[in-house]
Amino acid sequence: MRVQRWTGTSRAFTGATIAIAALLGTVPLLFEADVVQRLTNLLILVLLAAMWNALAGYGGLLSVGQQAFIGIGAYGTVFFAGLGVSPYPAMLLATLVAGVISVPISLFALRLRAAQFAIGMWVIAEVISILVRLDQNLGAGTGISLIQLNQYAPNFRQAYTFWLALGFTVIFLSALFFLLRSPLGVSLQAIRDDEDAARSLGVHVAARKRLLFVLAGFGCGAAGVLIGANTLFIEPGSIFSVQWSAYMIFMVLVGGLGTFEGPILGAILLFGIQTTFTQGGPWYLVGLGATAALFALALPRGIWGTIEERLGLRLLPVGYRVVEMKSEERTV
Amino acid sequence: MTIVNAVVQGIFLGAFYAVLACGLSIMFGVMRVINLAHGDIAVLGAYVVFVIVQSTGMSPLVAFVVALPVMILLGYVLQLTVLERSLKSGILTPLLATFGLSIVIQNLLLISFSPDVRSLGGNAGAITTSSWQVTGGLSVSALGMVILVMAVLLFGALQLFLSSTRAGWMMRATAEDADAAELVGIDSRGVYARATALAVAIAALGGLFLAIRSVFDPVSGPTQLIFAFEAVVIGGMGSLWGTLLGGLALGVAQTLGAHINPEYSALTGHLLFLAVLIVRFGGGRLSLRMAR
Repeated sequence: MRVQRWTGTSRAFTGATIAIAALLGTVPLLFEADVVQRLTNLLILVLLAAMWNALAGYGGLLSVGQQAFIGIGAYGTVFFAGLGVSPYPAMLLATLVAGVISVPISLFALRLRAAQFAIGMWVIAEVISILVRLDQNLGAGTGISLIQLNQYAPNFRQAYTFWLALGFTVIFLSALFFLLRSPLGVSLQAIRDDEDAARSLGVHVAARKRLLFVLAGFGCGAAGVLIGANTLFIEPGSIFSVQWSAYMIFMVLVGGLGTFEGPILGAILLFGIQTTFTQGGPWYLVGLGATAALFALALPRGIWGTIEERLGLRLLPVGYRVVEMKSEERTV
Repeated sequence: MTIVNAVVQGIFLGAFYAVLACGLSIMFGVMRVINLAHGDIAVLGAYVVFVIVQSTGMSPLVAFVVALPVMILLGYVLQLTVLERSLKSGILTPLLATFGLSIVIQNLLLISFSPDVRSLGGNAGAITTSSWQVTGGLSVSALGMVILVMAVLLFGALQLFLSSTRAGWMMRATAEDADAAELVGIDSRGVYARATALAVAIAALGGLFLAIRSVFDPVSGPTQLIFAFEAVVIGGMGSLWGTLLGGLALGVAQTLGAHINPEYSALTGHLLFLAVLIVRFGGGRLSLRMAR
């Protein structure tokens, strides 16, 4: 027997992923602005799904309130741009703020379990949303435009935003990838599989969960920054909407909770659905909700988790597996 | 005097929250499950009553009695199709499944009834308009009193049910330890189904009160869920009378907030909820750590 992380397939696929990310960098040079804008949306979905999965899939933390950080990211950009900071640096600052704010929130929220955590986070998002609504400088309830972005020609603006989205996605997914592969990651996967067992083996569960929570705070903040930059207009009703949580839950459940590849697959699926049903509308949401509930009940590991289980396929390896040794290796 | 008025109005509002929270509290107490579609089920109940009132012209209270069997049946179906399956697979699954259900209910309501805001206030007769002017700054509305009295009666009836009926004993035994209850011959599946049916029926009563005392639309559910859950947590999870007190405290916090500034209404309620969570789960441990 032998313990193995990489396989031929996973090596090829990881290489291909890096190549795809590099190729994506050329998208703004080759395509029209509206294609670039839609692909920016896809990257935002990938980022959101990966961050929600980091929380729920590895930390066992089901949050219905990540829109708090999305909103902080978007409104943070408006706030710093209003102070005279140039728009793109303002976006980096806003991401930083979302991440830093997640630390004090974690001190409180991580003491809650299951439903208390889920709804507790939702209430925190509501409180932040109300505070924004009370602030006239942030446009109160009616919303505010990111006028500072008008200093760039639309094509350039769309290209910069896309590159920023690509950069954020690569940074946060790589961070999660390497985190999960590190010795810390082994303890995270142990928490995912059985929190109490992990604790009894000496895993510092609370500190690990805080790490994931803050990572997700940064990541969702970054996504919020991108949403603001991509739509140029934000209002509290939609940026703090619980619908973001619904999307994240859908992507992760359908793709595969607690797998690295699954949420990316889920994001691509949701993107495909959104592109097909451009009208949106209630039937589309009925479909999303019903699908998420069905997956939770009948296929809790999602599409990717099931494929992984049946075929033993690993494309972006974050775990190890045990394989039979071949006879010639055994003699060595 | 106006502060006294705010507190009195808060108690009336809180009685409504307590009714909304009651079903949530029962399901958590018996099954350790929080149904994230609870608010939407209440709103669904309001729509069922609304349809009956529209088509027959009955008074909303009579229409509610007609709607009751439908809601009880719905509770059984909910338990057998969604909750029973999800209970077997960990603590996150019921939350995920009921969150999906919540989105489905909201959007089916949106498809069936359009996004228009509705109310049954106009159909309930004199009860919604009459009030007693106690003094200059203090008025007691008939509707507020009715809801308060009905809330207290509801919790009292539940107490009686749990303490002195066979079905109530079985429910308490299952809540205490489902496996041990099975050993002495209690069918926990049946108990769970009855608890859910009861919870859905009471949620519909909450929906009725929502429809009479204010307005509702297809997406009113999540807000009702948040307020109901806050009432449950403020009162202490798993305690029935605590839920009544939690509802009253939430109502008073909201009207006091609104008394300072109308826009603070929901905010002060949320802050009370978060403060209770911090005191209950945060403060104790923090001080312990400092003592070490």
